[in-house]
Amino acid sequence: MTSHPHVLPGRLAYFTGSRSERGALLAFAVLILVLLPLGLDVFRLNIFGKYLTYAFVAVGLVLCWGLGGILSLGQGVFFGLGGYCMAMFLKLEASDPVSTAIQSTPGIPDFMDWNQLTALPWFWEPFHSLAFTLVAVIVVPTVFAFVLGSALFHRRVGGVYFAIITQAVASILSILIVGQQGLTGGLNGITDLRTLLGWDIRSDAAKYVLYYVNAFLLLAVILGGAYIRNCKLGRILVGIRDQEDRVRFTGYNVAAFKTFIFCVAAAFSAIGGAMFTLQVGFMSPTFVGIVPSIEMVVFCAVGGRLSLVGAAVGTLVVNFAKTTFSESFPELWLFAMGALFIGVVSAFPLGLAGLYERHLAPRLSRWRQGGSAAAVLSSTPGE
Amino acid sequence: MSNNDFVLSVEDLTVSFDGFRAVDGLSFYVDTNELRVVIGPNGAGKTTVLDLICGKTKATEGSIKFKGQELTRMSEHEIVRAGVGRKFQTPSIYEDLTVFENLEVSLPRGRSVLGALAFRRDAEVVERIESVAEDIFLADLLDERAAVLSHGQKQWLEIGMLLIQSPELLMLDEPVAGMSLSEREKTAELLNRITPGRSVIVIEHDMKFVKHIAHKVTVLHQGKILSEGSLDKVQNDPRVIEVYLGH
Repeated sequence: MTSHPHVLPGRLAYFTGSRSERGALLAFAVLILVLLPLGLDVFRLNIFGKYLTYAFVAVGLVLCWGLGGILSLGQGVFFGLGGYCMAMFLKLEASDPVSTAIQSTPGIPDFMDWNQLTALPWFWEPFHSLAFTLVAVIVVPTVFAFVLGSALFHRRVGGVYFAIITQAVASILSILIVGQQGLTGGLNGITDLRTLLGWDIRSDAAKYVLYYVNAFLLLAVILGGAYIRNCKLGRILVGIRDQEDRVRFTGYNVAAFKTFIFCVAAAFSAIGGAMFTLQVGFMSPTFVGIVPSIEMVVFCAVGGRLSLVGAAVGTLVVNFAKTTFSESFPELWLFAMGALFIGVVSAFPLGLAGLYERHLAPRLSRWRQGGSAAAVLSSTPGE
Repeated sequence: MSNNDFVLSVEDLTVSFDGFRAVDGLSFYVDTNELRVVIGPNGAGKTTVLDLICGKTKATEGSIKFKGQELTRMSEHEIVRAGVGRKFQTPSIYEDLTVFENLEVSLPRGRSVLGALAFRRDAEVVERIESVAEDIFLADLLDERAAVLSHGQKQWLEIGMLLIQSPELLMLDEPVAGMSLSEREKTAELLNRITPGRSVIVIEHDMKFVKHIAHKVTVLHQGKILSEGSLDKVQNDPRVIEVYLGH
């Protein structure tokens, strides 16, 4: 039997995708695993580690928005829920009876004591367990996304309406967190996190370890995203984006597919949120509301909403620009960000990844061919 | 012959939009191996009938039985899985995907979320796709993006996307719209080739094309059946002539 160009050797091929995808992923891996740790001091590296936690959200948005056409303006909700789950565990560990002996109720988090709480609320109890916390980091935001997604997608709520509802959810959750100060730490968030099972997460060594855990998790999430995009499910999502009715009348339960990819994006965001808490040492409602949620969409759009690696790179670029720019012109940053978003949407809709594919990639392949031709020439003997 | 012996029995079907009865007490039956053409002036309710059968529009009254199953209570994807395929009036294909991928997405295997994640493109899948591509005259264009196809080729592709699901009832809304004369001939030949073993309902205006394919013609007018029978019979029916010519 002759091998056929259309037959794929196996499912493993879905993880790697096309040659240019492989190249981009490899270059990105070298950047975050080698170049950044070598080039930056631990303080700056920690800041880049923080940026990379936002990249989880951007990668999730590539699947949900770029591929499936579902624009969510509430991804901060899932980032925040994951981050809060992790923060609750760390806060409980930091609130042992000895270090909180001066409180009127020792053994509960400090902000609860300030708010006249005398016992730990019931939903905090399970967060004494790290195993429970790690499961909750993924499960809580995913179940929330599932409930939201199935309620809306089964009723055929889509497009702008869906975006507005997710934005409202982000707003509601951040208001709720701020309002329930005794239970959540309010506007300040959950702060003063110190150790993970006795291991000090504030030390330089811990920052390196956490940076690498974060980087490997991000690469794993990108690979997982590549599998989803390259397998049949990815093409069904493109179909839903472009011709939803055709997919429905091909026998697919469209709502189930939309809910699934929305849940995947939520789970990815939640991992980012938990890693944020670990690396930055606190979690607060400023990462839950409308503004951060929209910023995350901008990261994804600038990087390229069809490219997993592009979205991650876009996150780094925009955040680096934000830090640099807002240090010198703090009041101008929001305008710059708005201009950037308008520029991306109108001038290069596929973001940095699109620019790369259109302008740089053809040149690179020409250069590679030219290079190999030169190598052949120089290896030919004679004068 | 009881009505359950037909593949499709539509009885007393009515749908009203804000009081306007787009389809009004319609009954008709389609047999297996039959190619039925539905004709009628604009606004007669032809497309609405297809919308009702495939579940896109919910009936106000009446019943649609497909192989004994009541379709009016089923959701769209369940109706498709029961064996009903429907082509839309304007070609609905996935322009960003290749012809091959368009057909692959339409394969019945891997229809659940987990099934789609675990789906593997093996030799069997490729063979099936190639054989359907052969049927719809697109065998040489499998790796082209669907966006670059001509209008007629897009129509064929959508027909192929239905054929790959082996539906027992195939409904085509104006399949030759925008096609050249030679493309129309090939489409007529294609439809005649695929009808055995299933039932086909075609909505069409082009009477020359209808003549090539129709076994039986149903004429709709204002949501009701005006005439039904062979093409010759309906063409000579004074009521049909009145509706089409007698303004």
